[in-house]
Amino acid sequence: MAESKYQMNRIMVQGHNIFRKYGKVQALSDISFEVMEGEIFGVIGPDGAGKTTLFRILTTLLLADQGQAMVNGFDVVEDYTSIRKKIGYMPGKFSLYQDLTVQENLDFFATVFNTTIEENYHLIRDIYVQLEPFKSRRAGALSGGMKQKLALCCALIHKPEILFLDEPTTGVDPVSRREFWEMLGKLKAQGITIIVSTPYMDEAEKCDRIALIQGGSFIQIDTPENIKDGYANPLYAVSSESMYALLKDLRSCERVKSCYPFGDAHHVTFFDDSFTSEDLEKFLQSKGHNDNNISKIRPTIEDCFMNLSSPGDAS
Amino acid sequence: MKQFFAFIKKEFYHIFRDTWTMVILLILPMVMLILFGYALSTEVKNAGFAVYDPSKDSATEQITHRLDVSEYFYLYDVLTSPEQVEEVLKGGRVSFVIVFSEDFYNNMVHTGEAAIHLIMDGTDPNTAVTINNYVSNIILGYQQELLDRATLPYKINILQKFLYNPEMKSSYNFVPGVMGMIIMLVCAMMTSISIAREKETGTMEILLVSPMKPLVIILSKVVPYFFLSCINLITILLMAVFLFKVPVAGNLFALLIVSLLYIFVSLAIGLLISSVANSQIVALLISGMALMMPVMYLSGMMFPIENMPIFLQGMAQLLPAKWYITAVKNIMIKGLGFAAILKELGVLSLMALALITLSLKKFKTRLE
Amino acid sequence: MTVIQADKLTKRFGKFTAVDHISFEVKKGEIFGFLGANGAGKTTAMRMLCGLSKASSGLGRVAGFDIQKESEKIKKVIGYMSQKFSLYEDLTVRENIRLYAGIYGIPEKEISPKTDLLLENLGFSSEKNTLVKALPLGWKQKLSFSVAIFHDPVIVFLDEPTGGVDPSTRRQFWELIYDASQRGITVFVTTHYMDEAEYCDRVSIMVDGRIDAMDSPTNLKKQFQSPSMDGVFQQLARKAKRQAD
Repeated sequence: MAESKYQMNRIMVQGHNIFRKYGKVQALSDISFEVMEGEIFGVIGPDGAGKTTLFRILTTLLLADQGQAMVNGFDVVEDYTSIRKKIGYMPGKFSLYQDLTVQENLDFFATVFNTTIEENYHLIRDIYVQLEPFKSRRAGALSGGMKQKLALCCALIHKPEILFLDEPTTGVDPVSRREFWEMLGKLKAQGITIIVSTPYMDEAEKCDRIALIQGGSFIQIDTPENIKDGYANPLYAVSSESMYALLKDLRSCERVKSCYPFGDAHHVTFFDDSFTSEDLEKFLQSKGHNDNNISKIRPTIEDCFMNLSSPGDAS
Repeated sequence: MKQFFAFIKKEFYHIFRDTWTMVILLILPMVMLILFGYALSTEVKNAGFAVYDPSKDSATEQITHRLDVSEYFYLYDVLTSPEQVEEVLKGGRVSFVIVFSEDFYNNMVHTGEAAIHLIMDGTDPNTAVTINNYVSNIILGYQQELLDRATLPYKINILQKFLYNPEMKSSYNFVPGVMGMIIMLVCAMMTSISIAREKETGTMEILLVSPMKPLVIILSKVVPYFFLSCINLITILLMAVFLFKVPVAGNLFALLIVSLLYIFVSLAIGLLISSVANSQIVALLISGMALMMPVMYLSGMMFPIENMPIFLQGMAQLLPAKWYITAVKNIMIKGLGFAAILKELGVLSLMALALITLSLKKFKTRLE
Repeated sequence: MTVIQADKLTKRFGKFTAVDHISFEVKKGEIFGFLGANGAGKTTAMRMLCGLSKASSGLGRVAGFDIQKESEKIKKVIGYMSQKFSLYEDLTVRENIRLYAGIYGIPEKEISPKTDLLLENLGFSSEKNTLVKALPLGWKQKLSFSVAIFHDPVIVFLDEPTGGVDPSTRRQFWELIYDASQRGITVFVTTHYMDEAEYCDRVSIMVDGRIDAMDSPTNLKKQFQSPSMDGVFQQLARKAKRQAD
């Protein structure tokens, strides 16, 4: 992500030891973090990890059992009305009126937030231009990508200082997802702080800093680059003609610590550095794999996530 | 104010764009009224009867004839022996059998007393009661005529008259009941469902996060349904007067005032339900089961409250519908005015106040 | 052996052509990735193949049966699973399996041993009496898939089976798919994860109701000179005229 022209020195959002239970389930435990002004902060993790609960606490919709949270200098419990004027929120479930047209939805939310479309048109122009041909269509009849764009417009209409986007790209195809992230980049350039959650690990790269969340806890908070740098073992991409057989054979090798399929190659780590890629090549040939391709690679966020999340706890 | 109007406009879009909402709001009340009016009515039309008449004199033939030509009954069979009575009733083609005593006319003229046995099919007690009343009325009418013409004063015994509902028309009874039910249904169910829908689709999250005041959200949800309920009220009244010939005998203005108050109470109940229900289905179940059933059975609409066990009578006092239905009966049927419904107005006002305070308190500024 | 055959399959809704003369064949045991942007017509096409929706024109055969005339027979020999349609939340794992076994008419005496085997393979034996709603999403999806192939269907249709699932469970899920394919079950799958497209034997990409590209991932990447399937997809899907439907 390009450097923002805004200095990242003011804390916009912070959480201190937040705990929250839902019935017997500990939805969040001991969450602490800070988000700086003008930053895109990603909360990355699978469904059920606690992302939505965290977003609801930060948007003043839910009370934490323990811990404090501040948004734009206001306490989420005591000053919730001040916070509500300053933030834009896009809940996880698609949240517009399906039986209202694009135009009617926008007008409605503009009025609810005491503004007009004209007043903040510059903020939504880039997105709205794409929606304009469908402005008299009912929101329910839009495609997934278009719905997300409309929801973003509605969340932006009152020129919020902080934008909370809860899984804006879930279920959206890769092209629309990419476009959506391009839009977020533009909003960041206008100085808006963005907190966004996603289950898609590849989107982590587009954030300034990310928090990896699993089972209600942050397992790491850092920039994507630092997280990747922190990957302990050398990582190899291995491919051959018969990928499924290759996977099984790699798993059977006792020097292999982990092996996961990653698209066109399997990502493999070894228990210690004494085992090299040449050794692996020999092993695979002994199993009848010729035409192998082994190369050392830089890990992706997904590699890091799997490495950090405790095995067996995969939920 | 702008927020408020924008919100109301949006609510009307929701209502007008969903066919089913429109059907429930506008067609259902009419259908219910017609159903209760015709299908569930205890009114009797064209019921068959049989006669066992051992005297066959002018009086018994006159009575039989009068029953036969009335719009309620027709003579299905003339029996020749008392044994046939049960048989013909079992056949199900007749609703009652008239059995005259022997020497009917003679007895009546000379002793001033003659006996008629009315044997009813009691499977449906409500209908049986109605038939009993009709038949008695017709016979009493005949007796009255005889007395008028008679030179000798016969012993006059029963003089029966039905107050307020001389023909025992059941529409008199069900119209106020259906009004009480429909208004409760439309207001409580539709408001609670429309709020629950916003919770389900997540739009409530956005509204809560917006600077809009909770009071404005609540009012904007209430206004459209208040308006539609008024339309319903007018349709029901028009249908009652022109289709079922139930007159508005009393003060129309008083009727409208108490109805508006009742609509308000129902809306407040809807709001209260929506503060508990997080999904449309729950809202529907609560308003359907927890509200409709008591309103139907305890409000006096179907069964008289006086006949209920004390416990249920107590429960009935808590139902706004009970008070409303009583007030409507007083005005529409008894033809009374404001003075007669002061108590009802008072109770409903108190309920409105309590409910709206409670639902405002319970309306959450957060999700839970 | 060909198990799915589509010949100029078309579906129109009024003036709108959702699926526009698509033709393809899928072989037995193949993992066939069915990709496309939101609204490109994937779901409509899949519904026609499953016998849930009638084609406006064109021919289709699934497991040897005509999709227009023999949809009831088709339903018996296919499995279906989607991200939304999962299992009955208020039944236990075991009860769910039993229910589906019953629906597909699996003989009573085979159900029990087969259920035990399934639970063991998934490592769920300890959870067999747990209510499904208490399971983590990834487990549900794995269980849901296992249930969809419990009656050994000829083909299993998977509609975005891994949405929102965590990375390691997503991979375990694909191993289940590989396993099914090795047993001869044909897998027809849609996904928005482009790395998953790489796991497929062949991939088709739908744009505006048509199939614009169809080949193995390796060949597609060569053809579009892109290092990843994501690149291939972006090139094709950006051409789409149809934005919303």
